[in-house]
Parts: sequence; structure tokens; C-alpha cells
Amino acid sequence: MIARLSAISFNTFREAVRDRVLYNLIVFALLLVATAPLFGEISIGVERLILVNVGLSAISIFGIIIAIFIGIGLVSKEIEKRTLYTILSRPVRRWEFIAGKYMGLLMTLVVNAALMTAGFYLALLIVSHGLGKDDAALLVAVYFIILEFFIVTAITLLFSSFSTPIFAAIFAFALFAIGTFAEDLRNFAALATGLTKWLTTAAAYLVPNFSALNVISQAAHSESISGKLILLNTLYALLYSLTATAGAVLIFERRNLK
Amino acid sequence: MAALEILGLEKSYPTGFWRKTFRPALHPLHLTVNEGETFGFLGPNGAGKTTTLKLLMGIIFPTSGTARILGSDFRDPEVKREIGFLPEQPYFYDYLSAPELLDYYARLSGVPEGERHKRIPELLERVGLGDAGKKQLRKFSKGMLQRVGIAQAIIHNPKLIFFDEPMSGLDPIGRREIRELLQGLKDEGKTIFLTTHILSDAESLCDRVAIIHKGELRGVGVVEDLTSKAADKTEVVWRGSHALSALSNLLTEEHITGDIVRGVVSSEQVDSLLEKLRQQHAHVISVTPILGTLEDYFVAQTSGHEEVKA
Repeated sequence: MIARLSAISFNTFREAVRDRVLYNLIVFALLLVATAPLFGEISIGVERLILVNVGLSAISIFGIIIAIFIGIGLVSKEIEKRTLYTILSRPVRRWEFIAGKYMGLLMTLVVNAALMTAGFYLALLIVSHGLGKDDAALLVAVYFIILEFFIVTAITLLFSSFSTPIFAAIFAFALFAIGTFAEDLRNFAALATGLTKWLTTAAAYLVPNFSALNVISQAAHSESISGKLILLNTLYALLYSLTATAGAVLIFERRNLK
Repeated sequence: MAALEILGLEKSYPTGFWRKTFRPALHPLHLTVNEGETFGFLGPNGAGKTTTLKLLMGIIFPTSGTARILGSDFRDPEVKREIGFLPEQPYFYDYLSAPELLDYYARLSGVPEGERHKRIPELLERVGLGDAGKKQLRKFSKGMLQRVGIAQAIIHNPKLIFFDEPMSGLDPIGRREIRELLQGLKDEGKTIFLTTHILSDAESLCDRVAIIHKGELRGVGVVEDLTSKAADKTEVVWRGSHALSALSNLLTEEHITGDIVRGVVSSEQVDSLLEKLRQQHAHVISVTPILGTLEDYFVAQTSGHEEVKA
């Protein structure tokens, strides 16, 4: 089982690498580094604040875009091109295929994030003329961004297991956008009454809470992030992504692959 | 032991807006393939050949029925260690090289690392791709892809191999190469289940064939038996054209050259014809059964005519 999972996930990662997705991001990271000195010139005194906001937001947004655009094709491309036929004719369980694909895309996203984070820190080094303890704490924000990738990849897989790639992309982007405002939705639910309260509360807890995972602003202002939040966010992201992936598996297990 | 037993496998697809009516793609199919046999599964396009293979591989699920592969339930993933599959017009991960592709499939089939390193170059050499090197599959010709396809189907040394239209879309040289590879596997004693609509390939490779049409099994048997059923005629040559007038009602064809007559008669009428020739004092020169072709049998089974039954 482990051998099959690792073979499928490594192949998924290899496909992303050879499709040159990572190269685009390395170019982006280098661009960020190259333009870092400009931040100092256009924003005297707040250059670090702007660089942290821009850099971490870029890592997040680029990762989400890659997660959705690769995620929607993870399964559908294998069905359409019939490569799945030669996979399922081997001792590979359908859940292993989904889990392997999921892990492969996550591996791609983590490597992406690592490369971009390296570029981001280099830019920070140039702007701040050195790195301090506050800068090390920025890694928590990067860790939360990776947790976002866990969830977005899982919901994209779930949507792509029963709809066309285009609709899966629309649903995933929509859910990501709504999830970014999950705290606002919860606040609105608290103020509502009757059926509206019931519906908005249900919606607020069903959508992924990306606002809890977004600590870019706190990180930019060097505010500390509690260990409790790190633990809760980790558990939340793992549980949410596990549930969404399990849903994708349940649907895929019953599908006739024409 | 039978290598493959198909026990009433059936597949219907729901159609219409409410999906309450069903279109049968495969009527309940019963078929047995013996170990070491090369079995041809023939039928025109859309007959249900690929549907049968997709059911056996677990790509689609049957409406009813089951199958046993090498004695195990066909849904048991572990039995898939012992089977190989080449889909019709396969597409492989074109960003991989041939050795990488084979390594991937070998890992999925549980082939240990040491064995993979030994087997992959050997197999590439065997399918004529020993010099493919690190070239990505996107640069391969159709014939080369088909050979990679055969290599991936046998990388884990399976006992039973399913080939779906392995010769389709290939030029004559490509077809011959694939046929020779299949013949090599047959000589090794592998059980081969081959779907095709190229009858000459089936005739030269297969021990037994089944014919499927519109999702229904129309006939199954040893190629020679089926072709003799298709012909069912005998040619009798005799000297003595004077006898012809008494025989014309028996003959389906007659050709006279001087005093020599060549008559064609249905096989069941041969005895009557010979008896009458003796009565007419004609000198019988030869009695030869006319060999039919698989094509004759195939056409009879798939064109709606029912005069030939297996």
C-alpha cells in the first residue's frame, strides 16, 4: 500500500515539475528578490511591513491557484486520457489512487511554498539588512498557508470527483472566497434570528474557515501567534481535508469510468 | 483450471432525461478461457468487446453477473498482480521516458526494486525499444507507443494478459511486429485474451475465438471448427459429364472442362452425390472439403443471417 501510494504521489509531483509549473514560481520568487530594494524606495519606514504582506499573500495566492488548476485535472485528466485504465488494472485500490494524487499535489505545493519562502526571506534580508527573531516567526504564517493548501486541494478533489473541471474550479474558487470571510459569516449568523440564523450558522461552519488561517497581517506587525491557535488550526485543517478527501473517495469508488 | 470464467456479466446504461430506461451494452455473457490458451474476442466496432474488458478490469461496474480470474473473484485487487492489460489506443504519461513508465507500473504491481532494474532493460530490448533511452514518450511514434504498451502489460510477468485491439491503427510493419510479440508470449505459455476486429490476426494467433455482436455472444469455438461450419461445402471432381443431368438438383455449383466435371455440393449431400455417380458409372477423381475463412463465419454471425450457428 505504501509503495503504491508513494509511486502515485511521486508521479503526480513529477508531472507538475515537468509541466514547468514550479519553474514559473521560481521566476516569481526571483522577481520578488530582484524588486525588493524598490520597496525601500517607495515606502520609507514601512518597507518590511509591505514586503511581508506582499510576499506572504503572493505565496498563498499562487499556491491556491496551482492547487485548484492542477487539482481539477488530477482525476479527470487520467479518465479522459485513459491512463487510469492501466492503473486500475493493477492491484491499486481506488482510494489509494485518490490519496496518492492528493499527496502528490500537496508535495508539489509544499515544494513551491518552500522555494517561494526562500525567495521571500532573501528579499527580507536585502530590505532589513539582516534577519531577526520576528522574521523567524513569519514561518508560522507560511505554515498556515500550507494548511490552506491541504484544505483547498481536498475540496478541489471533492468537486472534481463529481463535476466537470470548469465547474470544479468555479466551486473551489467560490468556496475559497467564502471561506476567506468565514469569520464575518459567523458574526452575521450570531446577529441573525430564526431560519436565517439557522441557515447562516450552518453555512458558516460548513465552509472552510480560511480567515482563521490567515495571520499575514499579525505576522507583518510582528504580533505573536499562540501555540493554541497553531494546534487548533492544524487539527482543523487535517480534519477538514480528511473529510473532503473521504467524500471524494466515496464518490470515486462508485463511479463508472467511461 | 480455467484462467478466466465470465459468469453472466451484464452491463446496461441508464438513458433518457429521467434515466429510467436502460440501454444494454452487454447482455449476460458466459465465457471460459483455459490456461495457456490464446483466445480471440471478435466483434465489429461497438459490439461490447471493450465493455467486457472494462468490466473485468474494474473500470466500470456490472449491472449483474460476476467473473473469476485465475480462480479468484475478479474484484479482488490482489488477483491483478497476475494480470496484464493493454487498453485500445493507449495513451501514457508523455512526460515520462519508457524506462520511467515501466518503473512506475512495476512499482504499482509490487515488483521489487532489484527485479525492476533487471527486468526493465531486458523488456525494452525485447519490444525493440532498447535504444529509446531517456526520450520522453511524447516523441514516440504510434508503433513505439504500442510496444511500450505491451511492455507495461507484461512488466510484472503476469499469467493472463488482456489486449484490447493491439493492432488497430498500425501500419502493416507495426502490425507484424506486434503479432510477433504476441506469438512470443503465446510460445511462453501465457494465457492471452485478445479483442480484435482484424480477423486475419485472430486466425493466425488464436486457439479459440468468440464472436460478439450488439452485446450478445454469437458463437465460440476452435477456429478450424468454426470455419468448417462457415463453409460446410465439398468439392467433388469426376470424369463423365453424361452423369450431370441426373445430379444437377444436388449441386450448388458446376464447372465442365471437356469430360471433367467439378461440382460443389453441401457436405451432407456428399454421400448421395457419390452414390449417384457410382450408379452413372462416372469415375470419381477427388473429394475435397472446402475450407471456409473466419471472415465467412464472422460475417454470417454479425450480418443478421442465421444460417450458420455455432
